[in-house]
Amino acid sequence: MAWVNAIIQGVLTGGLYALFACGLSLLFGVMKVVNLAHGDLATVAGYIGVGIIAVTHVPVLWSIPIVVVLMAVLGYVLQRSLLEAAITRGELTTLIVTFGLSIIIENGLQQFFTANSRGLGVGDSFVTASFSIGSQITIAYLPLGIFILAVIVLLGLQMFMTRSKYGRLIRAVADDREAAQLSGADYRHVFGIAAAIAFGTVAIAGIADGMTTTLSPTIGTDTILLFAFASVVIGGLGSLWGTLLGGIILGVAQAIGAQISPNWEPLAGYAVFLLVLVVRPQGLTSRGAQS
Amino acid sequence: MTEIAKTSLRSEEKSLKVTRSRRNVAWSGIGALVLVGVLFAFPYYVKSGPLGIMVQGLIVLTLASMWNLLAGYAGLVSVGQQAFFGLGAYFVLIPALHGVTPWAGLFIAAIGAAVCAVPMWWLVARLRLGYFAIATWVLASVVMLLIEQISSIGGGSGMALPGLSGYDPAVLTAYTYWAALTVAVLAIGGVYLLLRSRVGLTLTAIRDDERAARSSGVRVGLARMGVFIAAAAGCGAAGGILAIEQLQVVPATSGGVFSVQWTAEMAFAVIIGGIGTIEGPIIGTIVYMVLQQTLQSYNAWYLIVLGIVAIAIALFARRGLWGTVDERFNIRLFPVGYHLWSPGEARRRRRAAARVSS
Repeated sequence: MAWVNAIIQGVLTGGLYALFACGLSLLFGVMKVVNLAHGDLATVAGYIGVGIIAVTHVPVLWSIPIVVVLMAVLGYVLQRSLLEAAITRGELTTLIVTFGLSIIIENGLQQFFTANSRGLGVGDSFVTASFSIGSQITIAYLPLGIFILAVIVLLGLQMFMTRSKYGRLIRAVADDREAAQLSGADYRHVFGIAAAIAFGTVAIAGIADGMTTTLSPTIGTDTILLFAFASVVIGGLGSLWGTLLGGIILGVAQAIGAQISPNWEPLAGYAVFLLVLVVRPQGLTSRGAQS
Repeated sequence: MTEIAKTSLRSEEKSLKVTRSRRNVAWSGIGALVLVGVLFAFPYYVKSGPLGIMVQGLIVLTLASMWNLLAGYAGLVSVGQQAFFGLGAYFVLIPALHGVTPWAGLFIAAIGAAVCAVPMWWLVARLRLGYFAIATWVLASVVMLLIEQISSIGGGSGMALPGLSGYDPAVLTAYTYWAALTVAVLAIGGVYLLLRSRVGLTLTAIRDDERAARSSGVRVGLARMGVFIAAAAGCGAAGGILAIEQLQVVPATSGGVFSVQWTAEMAFAVIIGGIGTIEGPIIGTIVYMVLQQTLQSYNAWYLIVLGIVAIAIALFARRGLWGTVDERFNIRLFPVGYHLWSPGEARRRRRAAARVSS
């Protein structure tokens, strides 16, 4: 029964990892940009949440829409300035710029907020509250809520990209920038919108992580970026449901590892990641080879 | 290669020449030798304080040269070089725990890191650019997590390096400096010779057009693997120097051997100095040391400033400081390419100028 419980907890954690991954996946899918600052931007979102709650005393859930809007604006501005300039200069420059941003943000957070970790005060009742199935399995509301949130975000993104006019425009620009340009689409603006959406999901990921564990300046790269990347690789790129699957597999592998020994939690997750990298580098869900 | 190029040209026009440089390389070669000689004599007239700072600079110089080889010449943007740096430190520590002197450990560090690079290359070889970057980062994280599991070498909290307690502190600093200088000179010299060899030609062919190179029979994968392994060896030796300099090995945290800040430092130094030139990492390391020393009382601010400068240079002066100098004055201290020119060119130009002025 302890194993079943571990797997259930792993699946729920997988929702959080899928949230981590969808911003990374979206930016790569649309702009072919691997954003190395992805995790640190999520951490920034978490810290903005901490700041908003400290100043205005709004409940945590109310802070989410505010942070999402702020991060979306930041995403648009960053895309139209720094990222756009980098993308036009080539992939090496893009990597250097996002890696530079990552290091600047991480050390900046360390300077302004010290290395101490801090949490988002969710209110004890929500964090500790749980319900039980049988005698061994206890499901806490918070991870369950985050899992449902992740499914809603992914579903919303999927609907937006396939059904809405703007989603189709983004995909058209992603497929063939010049052709879309000839048809009257301003690809710079469309990229900006895509970045705003990606940063919005990054904001949700950052807050969700702050609610689940604690925020510290280094989690951006130590956990968020690397787990997001592992989820994307396991699930297969370009598919949002693959991302969810990848997140769940990573979460379950970590939970099983933790069940064997607490030290093995991250290693077990990475072991699955490496296995997929060797056996099926295109990921579990995509059909074509990824180059 | 020079011979073939010369003969084929001779049939077309006799006056054309193919050389490594437009200027005489002997002078810059002699200059480099004199500089290395002066640097080797440093411990005789410099105190150990500045000498310790020089050791840090030499570590970053070695790392930067390796990262330049990877990213600037082989197109491998690795964000996981801290894996080999850290492994190098542990390959000095582990033999030292069994009685091997850390100086001999430096060889083990270079070879050990290179051996570890082989299976890691196999994992990431298929990935390109962004994917390669994060995958190497994940691998570095995995290596750190594995090392932290082994409690006999200090686990997660690290361990003091034994075997050097017999030295007088000043003598130890001098020895460390000489070891660091030797590693740095070997690293730069190694990169220089590698790029002048067939491998250099292969890498240039890949950089210019990978598909064309592949279809002409250039073994792209093999060349990249060679560079990856060579860079691992250099980073491993640098990690060994750090273990000797700090007299301890700490895996995680911000000053730890597996910290991504090491890769940040080497990458920023390369970008600022000029990626794809041998001189670039040297200039970049000097900029890095100046910033680090002036801002050292403000904790990690030097890294923030370095990051901002690197981003600015990547966007607005892509060839870095040395690239800008080279563009204007056509200077190469370490020529690895070829120049096609006619020897009479300079004289003719001078005569033409004289005719205009008269």
